[in-house]
Amino acid sequence: MMTTVSRREFVTVVAAAGGGLLLGYRAEGAQRAASTATAVATAGTTAASFAPNAFIRIPPDGSVTLVMPQVEMGQGVYTALSMLLAEELEVAPGQIRLEHAPPDDKLYGNQFFGEQMTGASSSVRAFYEPLRRAGATARAMLVAAAAASWNVDPASCRAHKGVVTHTPTRRSLTYGVLAARAAALQVPDKVTLKDPKDFTLIGTPAKRLDTPGKVNGTAQFGIDVRLPGMLIATVAASPVLGGKVARLDEQKAKAVPGVRQIVRLDDGVAVVADHMWAAKQGLAALDIRWDDGPNAKLSTPDIVQGLAKASESPGVTARKDGDPESALAGAAKKVEAVYEAPFLAHVTMEPMNCTVHVRKDSCEVWTGSQALSRARAAAAEVTGFPLEKVVLHNHLLGGGFGRRLEVDYVTQAVRIAKEVNAPVKVVWTREEDVQHDVYRSYYYDRMTAGLDARGTPVAWTHRIVGPAIIARYLPQAFKDGKDIDAVNGAVQLLYDIPAIQVEHVRHEEPVLNTGFWRGVGVTHNNFVVESFIDELAAASKQDPVAFRRTLLGKSPRAVAVLDLAAREGRWGKPLPSGRGRGVALLYSDWSTYLAQVAEVEVNASGDVRVHRIVCAVDCGRIVNPDIVKAQIESGVVYGISGALWGEVTLKNGRVEQSNFHNYRVLRMNEAPQIEVHLVRNGEAPGGIGEPGTAVTAAALSNAIYAATGKRLRKLPLQSALALAAR
Amino acid sequence: MDLMINGERRQIDVPSDMPVLWVLRDVLGMTGTKFGCGMSLCGACTVQLDGQAIRSCVTPVSAAAGKAITTIEAIGATPVGKKVQAAWIALDVPQCGYCQSGQIMSASALLARNARPTDADIDAAMAGNICRCGTYGRVRAAIKRAASEASISGRGVR
Ligand code: FES
Ligand code: FES
Repeated sequence: MMTTVSRREFVTVVAAAGGGLLLGYRAEGAQRAASTATAVATAGTTAASFAPNAFIRIPPDGSVTLVMPQVEMGQGVYTALSMLLAEELEVAPGQIRLEHAPPDDKLYGNQFFGEQMTGASSSVRAFYEPLRRAGATARAMLVAAAAASWNVDPASCRAHKGVVTHTPTRRSLTYGVLAARAAALQVPDKVTLKDPKDFTLIGTPAKRLDTPGKVNGTAQFGIDVRLPGMLIATVAASPVLGGKVARLDEQKAKAVPGVRQIVRLDDGVAVVADHMWAAKQGLAALDIRWDDGPNAKLSTPDIVQGLAKASESPGVTARKDGDPESALAGAAKKVEAVYEAPFLAHVTMEPMNCTVHVRKDSCEVWTGSQALSRARAAAAEVTGFPLEKVVLHNHLLGGGFGRRLEVDYVTQAVRIAKEVNAPVKVVWTREEDVQHDVYRSYYYDRMTAGLDARGTPVAWTHRIVGPAIIARYLPQAFKDGKDIDAVNGAVQLLYDIPAIQVEHVRHEEPVLNTGFWRGVGVTHNNFVVESFIDELAAASKQDPVAFRRTLLGKSPRAVAVLDLAAREGRWGKPLPSGRGRGVALLYSDWSTYLAQVAEVEVNASGDVRVHRIVCAVDCGRIVNPDIVKAQIESGVVYGISGALWGEVTLKNGRVEQSNFHNYRVLRMNEAPQIEVHLVRNGEAPGGIGEPGTAVTAAALSNAIYAATGKRLRKLPLQSALALAAR
Repeated sequence: MDLMINGERRQIDVPSDMPVLWVLRDVLGMTGTKFGCGMSLCGACTVQLDGQAIRSCVTPVSAAAGKAITTIEAIGATPVGKKVQAAWIALDVPQCGYCQSGQIMSASALLARNARPTDADIDAAMAGNICRCGTYGRVRAAIKRAASEASISGRGVR
């Protein structure tokens, strides 16, 4: 069946300078005229190929430029989104040129945030239909233009690989030739999207469009920006959050050859130099006395104590089914546990950096950001310039993982650049990056369950203690004290238990900035939920897979991935001693079902080695199966690093870790074999960037339990295991 | 100071203790080589010195004098590098891509001295290259694929 959709969104078409077709596609209709006018003006004053309100641009030379509303940070979104456009536009991937979208919430906003943001595994979910519709609209107009020039029925014409052909007469015209004529046409009110069975691109393992530049050094990340007269700066912010520079001796730093300037901020110092080597040496030569401020005495145990205390009081109820209190009172057996997850750093491979040129009345910023409009707004705020005086150039991101949803590094770079009479690239050292992250917070969870005489769960309560990141980051989504992120993986519990209560106790710690980390709230929720359900299986002496299965009567898609993972993961097959398999199941607002079977070995000295990870994934309609697999592989590796070793600790307000030697991450020689099995169906697309990370900690912990009999309730697992062995 | 980079003689005036990484990136504008840790812990900055994979973030430029430096920008001009890049493309190895210059430089150096590396050889040669995007499985598969492409010979660009 063909899907005919009426045009809820506006599609605007203008003839750009040079007669190109310019398709601006918007999720909201408001201020359409204004935006279009801006676009025309911009396009008119520069080249025809420069039109910021367009996803699709086809100048007369026939090239096809797709403007990417979401940023590429490794997740393959440039390829996936291009496939959505190209499928309906009828162009071949080889014809496409990509451009980063400039910051513009109205044109490029992600419906899940109401602004231009890349995160929460939302890109394909948010743009699956809008981009197909943008492509289909453009194609329809190009076909109409061709039909008009031949004076034939558009229905007798067919578009393919950038060429419209009149089927009966075999006459054909290229999109380039048609662009000017198509631009003069009325935008159709209705556009027919392809029936999925006619897809030729969506669902195929099309090659990534960004690979060639990433194997020969030409890919441009923010850190690679080079500008005439540009200086390089590196920075030391107060090692304790809230601290200030008390005294500064610049003499030795200024004597370092290549050092040009020292910029003193109230909470940090930057050394500006000809190159990074001089800047680093200059920074090392600075004698800075810090006033550590109010957090000077805080260490990790103080924070945990605060969380533990907060966990004794009830929080905001996020889900309540039945009457957990009386169900617990009447249960044959009660199981209780406390779970803890530490602060985590993101440690993107590309350290934080931002290049800024502040001029008399304008400012230009070059960086990689997951939140482009916020990055621009941050620069406007620091400089006091109106938004339109701030130009932001986005780049490829050398990893995001939620770190680049924050714009602290942009704000800081602009503060430094304001004092420098040249463009300046501010590059954080890895030490600065690890010690001034916006961390995944510490979480402290209390679990209680009641089992009946047969071992069936009759009650489940889950109290999550931690910050409300949503309240800071997306205040408009923070309603009635509910942080949808902190509880998402707990609220979306699929297990059929008659009495359930999920609560969030908001507890903010001023000692570290906290934010989103790959897998967001679901990551810590899933560790707790899937470890605890394993505890219940053990308490009722049942097999972990079989036990879960009996509770999933209402979730056939969950059962399907669980069965698939169990089968491919050789669940129940014998293993040598010291090895164990663990299972975990994930579902959340990402709308993806994922089951994982992890196989680990704990050797005589207690070291955990992950041998094999099997994932079964149902993410609904698959745009590119190879990218889905790559994302699961990636998420799993990120998840293993975090689950086994990831931990940021504080001593006297200072982060104790600083670089890869003491913030351990998984290396090639430690990486397990990872298998990803995909379930194919026509359900709505689900998110794929984060589930692999979120499901891994519980699967590993459950596998360690199977291997050793030790139930670990605290991350990271390797140090929890060492403690348990004492 | 005289350097030989990707087969070209380059004259530069920098302190002799300046790491090759910053000479490449900030003085010569060759940004394909990446900064990741500055402590020889991550491999992002890997280049080849007379065909050996080295961490340019801790290699003073004086140590490179009189030797041939090969970077990601020119590794495709070597027979091994060309095969490695082709294998990387065939398997779509990179994700964010930031670590991949270093991965490719380490992998090319490995294959140039060992045309048929075992898994253990690959582990030993590649353990120093961190990938936060977790492309390890594909890196391994791509090295094997490049190794299986006929006979491999040749060192860095001279
Ligand atoms: S930057 Fe040289 S090894 Fe990390
Ligand atoms: S591809 Fe992103 S760090 Fe390796």
